Amino acid sequence: MSLVIKGSTKEWEVVIGLEVHAQITSKSKLFSGASVNFGADPNSQVSFIDAGMPGMLPVINRVCVEQAIKTGLGLKAKINLKSVFARKNYFYADLPQGYQISQYELPIVGEGVIELDMSDGQTRSIGIERLHLEQDAGKSIHDLHPEKSFIDLNRSGIALMEIVSKPDMRSPEEVGAYLRKLRSILRYLGTCDGNMDEGSMRCDANVSVRPVGSEELRTRCEIKNVNSVKFVMQAIEYEAKRQVDIYETNGEVLQETRLFDQSKVETRPMRSKEFAHDYRYFPDPDLLPLELDQKYVDKIKQNLPELPDEKKSRFISEYNLAEYDAGVLVSENAVADYFEIVTKGRDPKISANWVITNLFSVLNKKGLSIKESPVSALNLGQLIGLIEKNIISGRIAKDVFEIMVEEQKSPEAIVEEKGLRQISDTGSIEAAVEDVISENPDKVKEYKGGKTKLIGWFVGQVMKKTKGKANPGLVNKVLSEKL
Amino acid sequence: MAMKEEIVRKIAILSRINVSDDELDNISRELGSIIDWIELLKEVDTQSVEPMTGGTDIKSFKREDIVNDGGYQEKILKNAPSKNDNLFEVPKVVE
Repeated sequence: MSLVIKGSTKEWEVVIGLEVHAQITSKSKLFSGASVNFGADPNSQVSFIDAGMPGMLPVINRVCVEQAIKTGLGLKAKINLKSVFARKNYFYADLPQGYQISQYELPIVGEGVIELDMSDGQTRSIGIERLHLEQDAGKSIHDLHPEKSFIDLNRSGIALMEIVSKPDMRSPEEVGAYLRKLRSILRYLGTCDGNMDEGSMRCDANVSVRPVGSEELRTRCEIKNVNSVKFVMQAIEYEAKRQVDIYETNGEVLQETRLFDQSKVETRPMRSKEFAHDYRYFPDPDLLPLELDQKYVDKIKQNLPELPDEKKSRFISEYNLAEYDAGVLVSENAVADYFEIVTKGRDPKISANWVITNLFSVLNKKGLSIKESPVSALNLGQLIGLIEKNIISGRIAKDVFEIMVEEQKSPEAIVEEKGLRQISDTGSIEAAVEDVISENPDKVKEYKGGKTKLIGWFVGQVMKKTKGKANPGLVNKVLSEKL
Repeated sequence: MAMKEEIVRKIAILSRINVSDDELDNISRELGSIIDWIELLKEVDTQSVEPMTGGTDIKSFKREDIVNDGGYQEKILKNAPSKNDNLFEVPKVVE
């Protein structure tokens, strides 16, 4: 699944590592008691600590620490019982302290791994380098005035987890799969809502290229803050080609930070100050090292929810589902829960099919999430029950489902109300079959002359006469007897 | 030993301090002698000593996750040299 770029001299592959900033789900900020609610009035959720006022001291939020540990455990990573906060110094208008409190040499979480299921059926393991806790900066607004920028500090001090991958990805597809998988894990854990539109999950990509077969790591460029999975993938593709062109014309790739322009689908260098990368990290003297108790970590581990990979294995072994179907169903916790209600006491493969094919197409069409589904899981389960008990046919079930989408009634009520019960008594089916036979003597002649494929046409005619309500198995049986 | 002038210039920029050319020579010598003095500490063998984080034996303390601060927009904005509609107003900084 590597992206191979054919140059004029040789073939190139792309090497990608990601830094994801995930906003921790909590009520208050990492080091202050100000609220983290999205969309509040500017500067209304700012404490003196977040505003960088002199003399204020940061105190760490217990829940934020716990969320970082949970996430680390979800990434099968090592939890460091001692970690240290450091100051990352840089000058910018939305950073009132003049430094960001982050972690440098000793992060709270060490190496872990994320497993990706690729569309060709292959699995890829992407290494996690580290996860550390840090503060977010304020928000700059540039488009309100030609000569001024405006600063809202509501976001200043909100807790982030920076999740750094190893340079293990080789194509935009793998990057897309990594981001979706990471988001799914974070949502299962409830440690980040994963909402890229609201900026609660942001991504920087480190991209370099090298000749296929080579193991070297060449100079990389960092693409900053791209705010959707689609744009990250586009940015990487553009950036890889740009670097190949440079090498092919004997140029040198410069290590730099680049911005992705969504409208032009290209990356361009940030007007970077030459000292931008001189962060002068040092341990923050305002904060003691963060020390954790192994028992505390173990307790969090015991209470972890079932994660996507485990749930998928269980769906395959417990419900005998195909790999692909199981993967689709576990991508969101809410979908998996919905499926498990639908299939309770019913055939899992048929249930999976109804959720993935019929329900998803309705949700997509209406732009709804599973939680807003017009058809409840209990009702969809009942509908499948009606098919299994031969009360309605699969075809009629589709009509009933359409009505359920519009009217939110139970399938049983709809079947009774519209008289859709399947006809399973041989008498009325025989009558319908005889009618069809006597009305179409020429077709009968053809059939008897060897054109046995006409059976399908006969079934269709009987169905038409019975308004689709005849039991198809019985129709077939009676037809072959009578013809 | 005097600090290299180019390093002094770089530190000045990072610290947002304006240093004129005729101050450079003096500052280079002063900073150099401070560094020399600190260098003395390197002579102590600290191989097996954990970094000290304070003079007392207190452990890190954690806050509960409660909203009990913020909500004072006017105080936060009170010292702003320039503001507009509850936002700080600064010279345009755009990438």
